[in-house]
Amino acid sequence: MYHLIRWLIRNWRSRRGAAQAQIQKQAPGASTTGESAAGEAASVEPPVGLVQLAARRATTPAPVPTGSGRKISGSPALSVNGLTKRFGDRVAFQDLSFEVGHGEVFGFLGPNGAGKTTTVRTLGTLFAPTSGSASVAGIPLSPGNGAEIRRRISIMPESPGLYLRLSVAENLECFADLYDAADPRGRIDRALRAVHLADRAQDPCGALSKGLRQRVALARALLSDPAVLFLDEPTAGLDPVAARDVHELIDDLRQRGVTIFLTTHRLEEAERLCDRVAILNRTLRTIGRPEELRERMFAKSLTVRTLAPLPEPDRVFAGLPAVDGWQPDADQGYVIAVSDTRIAAPAVTRALVQAGADVLSVGESRHSLEDVYLELIDTDEEASRR
Amino acid sequence: MSISRRHVRAIFRKELREYRHNGSIVWTMAVIPLVFVLPTIINVFGVAAGSVHADLLLYMLGIPALVPAVVAAYSVVGERQQGTLEPVLTTPISREEFMLGKALAALVPSLVISYGVYVVVVACIELFAHPGVAAELVRWPELLAQLLFTPLLAGWSIWVGIAISTRFGEVRVAQQLGALASFPSVLVTALIAYAVIPASLGLSIGGAVLLLLLNGLGWRVTSAAFQRERLISGTR
Repeated sequence: MYHLIRWLIRNWRSRRGAAQAQIQKQAPGASTTGESAAGEAASVEPPVGLVQLAARRATTPAPVPTGSGRKISGSPALSVNGLTKRFGDRVAFQDLSFEVGHGEVFGFLGPNGAGKTTTVRTLGTLFAPTSGSASVAGIPLSPGNGAEIRRRISIMPESPGLYLRLSVAENLECFADLYDAADPRGRIDRALRAVHLADRAQDPCGALSKGLRQRVALARALLSDPAVLFLDEPTAGLDPVAARDVHELIDDLRQRGVTIFLTTHRLEEAERLCDRVAILNRTLRTIGRPEELRERMFAKSLTVRTLAPLPEPDRVFAGLPAVDGWQPDADQGYVIAVSDTRIAAPAVTRALVQAGADVLSVGESRHSLEDVYLELIDTDEEASRR
Repeated sequence: MSISRRHVRAIFRKELREYRHNGSIVWTMAVIPLVFVLPTIINVFGVAAGSVHADLLLYMLGIPALVPAVVAAYSVVGERQQGTLEPVLTTPISREEFMLGKALAALVPSLVISYGVYVVVVACIELFAHPGVAAELVRWPELLAQLLFTPLLAGWSIWVGIAISTRFGEVRVAQQLGALASFPSVLVTALIAYAVIPASLGLSIGGAVLLLLLNGLGWRVTSAAFQRERLISGTR
């Protein structure tokens, strides 16, 4: 109670002080916009204006905050060095090292229990790392910097975590205040428009479907105009149309220079959206652009299909340029290992024609990110069984 | 350590909105005072002048000790259980601000209910009780004690309730323990009201100072016990 009274007196004083300071600022040309709470981060320019997205879609463009998330130049948006988190004897993740550039969409994949969410929580200052170091939005990850980091980032957890008895607008009002958002009403309107929920602002969150709740959670994450946005399974539970909207939103955010750290189980989503992906299974198994990973994991190959099996395939494929070997494939086909598809494909086609084969197709074998993922995770599982 | 008024207000306002949308919380809080009102009324209206305990109305101080306990005990564990704690903790709010917001949201309705019930009881005594009984009971020192000790007792119950709420992962356990933890305060006020512990100026000042210290200590201890990692991961 003593502290409550002291706090009330102190706030009354600080409010008086702020009012006096504002009166002094009323000189011509002096800015009088912004709230005192926002002034706490005076040394930090507001990050990139995420909610500008909605303004672009709205029929009447609304004034939007301008951001500076990309202005923290010279250092990556996320830098992680040997980061480890243990809960007692249990290792959540170990020795993670990677960097994420500004404006990059970085996919974080892994099976259940791989440590993805724990990594997000650690980088979001909710968990203290056991060892290693990191910087988030240009700020070193340390207990003293927690509030400052959280001011520059947003985390959309896997579970929406909405106050179900409150309306959508009431939920967002609470968080706009917690993020010290200037012009909270404008921000809320724009965030809701960005997720196409402007007409549901007064609905209780408890009355919304799972997909709509997910969208409210996304709107909440956009309120603070974060420099780094952590999205933990953002399309989980969404129908294809809603998922597509989220994908478009992520694309828009990328174009505006927002760094996005995306954890997902949807590999096609990661392949479509992410500039680079990392596959985690307590330790970082691989990292790179999806096409890089495919090339790294799988040898290049051609798939050949013919109407009838070749009588002597060895004679057809042996000695062709850029062809390293071959093996029969199911369904009257052949998989030919090659070093360069652009050289091997025409040579194989010519050889097949010369051999009198009825060629149905010659194509480059495509490996998806899913193949890469499954290959790595299966290898891990086999190793753990041994 | 600077406290953001806006962060505290955000939590406070959110809590009040939840009370508004969930009337059963307020009704439950409003029913608890009957435990204190009924014995007082029976005592007052069932006795003649001269045989009533002069400090009987101090029994009503049990209301601010008990009313906020259950709400405070729900405050953190409830958010944990409904999955709303993590999104809040990912914002720049400090644990002290979160605690203050929660404490204020439990304090304000408790004060309204405690003072409101007290005013109604005093009005009933003045209007319907024997004039001699009313003169014995309704005196300035008791009124002043009620005014000052109500927020102090409520504050202490709230900090104990929130401390319990940060330590336990089950809502029902936390609420039962919160109610249980407020009983010592209720017991002391009852003993004073029934003259087992004689009320005096010294006791009042000593009690007020002690409660002030306990409130300050409660805020510190509760804030220290509020560990983001433990609350989210569920580890002990």
